Amino acid sequence: MAFAYSEKVMDHFTNPRNVGEIENCSGCGTVGNAQCGDIMRVYLDIDDNRRIRDVKFKTFGCGAAIATSSMATELVKGKTIQEALEVTNKAVMEALDGLPPVKVHCSLLAEEAIHAALWDYAEREGIVIEGLEKPKTDIHEHETEPEYALA
Amino acid sequence: MKQIYLDNAATTQMRPEVLEAMMPHLTEAYGNASSIYPLGEEAAATLAEARRTVAQAINADDREVYFTSGGSESDNWALIATAEAYESKGRHIVTSAIEHHAILHTAEYLEKRGFEITYVPVDEFGIVSPAALEAAMRPDTILVSIMFANNEIGTVEPIAELAKIAHNHGALFHTDAVQAFGHLPIDVKEMGIDLLSASAHKIYGPKGTGLLYMRKGVRSKAFIHGGQQERGLRAGTENVAGIVGFAKATELALAEQAEEAARLGELRDYAIERIEREIPHSRLNGHRRERLPNNVNFSFEFIEGEGMLLQLAFKGVSASSGSACTSGSLDPSHVLLAIGLPHEIAHGSLRLTLGRDTTREDVDYTIDALKGTIENLRAMSPLYEDFLKDQKKAS
Repeated sequence: MAFAYSEKVMDHFTNPRNVGEIENCSGCGTVGNAQCGDIMRVYLDIDDNRRIRDVKFKTFGCGAAIATSSMATELVKGKTIQEALEVTNKAVMEALDGLPPVKVHCSLLAEEAIHAALWDYAEREGIVIEGLEKPKTDIHEHETEPEYALA
Repeated sequence: MKQIYLDNAATTQMRPEVLEAMMPHLTEAYGNASSIYPLGEEAAATLAEARRTVAQAINADDREVYFTSGGSESDNWALIATAEAYESKGRHIVTSAIEHHAILHTAEYLEKRGFEITYVPVDEFGIVSPAALEAAMRPDTILVSIMFANNEIGTVEPIAELAKIAHNHGALFHTDAVQAFGHLPIDVKEMGIDLLSASAHKIYGPKGTGLLYMRKGVRSKAFIHGGQQERGLRAGTENVAGIVGFAKATELALAEQAEEAARLGELRDYAIERIEREIPHSRLNGHRRERLPNNVNFSFEFIEGEGMLLQLAFKGVSASSGSACTSGSLDPSHVLLAIGLPHEIAHGSLRLTLGRDTTREDVDYTIDALKGTIENLRAMSPLYEDFLKDQKKAS
């Protein structure tokens, strides 16, 4: 299924945005597991107004996993933490012009990685972010049946 | 951009000589081999000649060769029809953990129909040990099916020895030789092979044509019901053009076998040596010597295979991977798991299968491209980040 990806996915896979690490980050989260072939790690730099100043990621995974990480980080950059929470996997998929059905779990992983980093931030700050649940560290495809696929 | 095809275990480009041999049978020589007039007789004579060519290639008798639509059909036939023909004797079949899905899924099908299947394990190099097969044999074992050479990691099995064990226990021996036929010397008599599957498109022949060899005396049921073609066992008007192409490809493969295997083997070892020397945290999969001359299979730690294949494809290199992401399932290749690779390492595997057009220059270009690809993906990998941090801590 090598080229079953949209142009946007290919673009974000070939030139991923926001790859890297943030030293002394405000929050960091890692989700997925190597057994299933996907691990995403997201670093957040959040300013005093609780706005995401910078975001970086590292991902072990297929083309879709890298592209969804890239897009998800693009979508939350510059947003407040409340706004970032509204960036769902569906929003990531839409921004990428869809994903093949078997790759939908990659977008869930990206959403979860952002949430994990926000959770870490909230714990460090001793605050509660409304609507944020403790993220699962593992996302398995069989737990989340793909309901839709755009491309 | 330069295009380099290194997926010859998936399929090969048909040789011009093969197409040329096929053309008359796709045009003016369109007769049905079962017809009585000259056009039909001509087709029958052509078929007989083609049958002789492929039979001789494995030291079989003409009447022991049955043409099929390819390797998968031959594997299905070998297992299902043999199981049915011998079920009064026993309902136990032995195969290996690293077979092609044409065998494994057929075995599952038989399992649902009351047959018992034992899957013998392989060692870290993918070899089925004679001792493991011996231990799996039972008085009610009717068939042993072990592939001649593995399609993913290229490991060549000790076929003669394994066949002997099957025979010692009164069972038949089948081998899926799809990756070996034409590439390696095969003598069914000397090796004690009772049934063998082969395919044309892996040896620069056309797709949609294969064969099942069945030793004289092996009982079988009809696999396709209908007319009297293929001794009444496999009905359907023969694919004369395809069969002629198969015969031509076989003839050429045999004539060039020793020389081409030596050339490819040298290129393969050169590729393996360069990768091992220049790419850290890489692991050769399969056996170093008991290996198909055109197969290179590596796992690269900290990265996933699909990204690697995509980036190589951007650079014009066509290759394949045992990664789950390329198959649409979450599990990586059953072959890589069977040789003991942990999941995360199996996900980062790459198979390069060389062919008759492959040059040393192609190998160099590919490995240069691969080095950049792996560096790039590792720079994005959280696993590599952790590894580097651990290393720093340790020092």
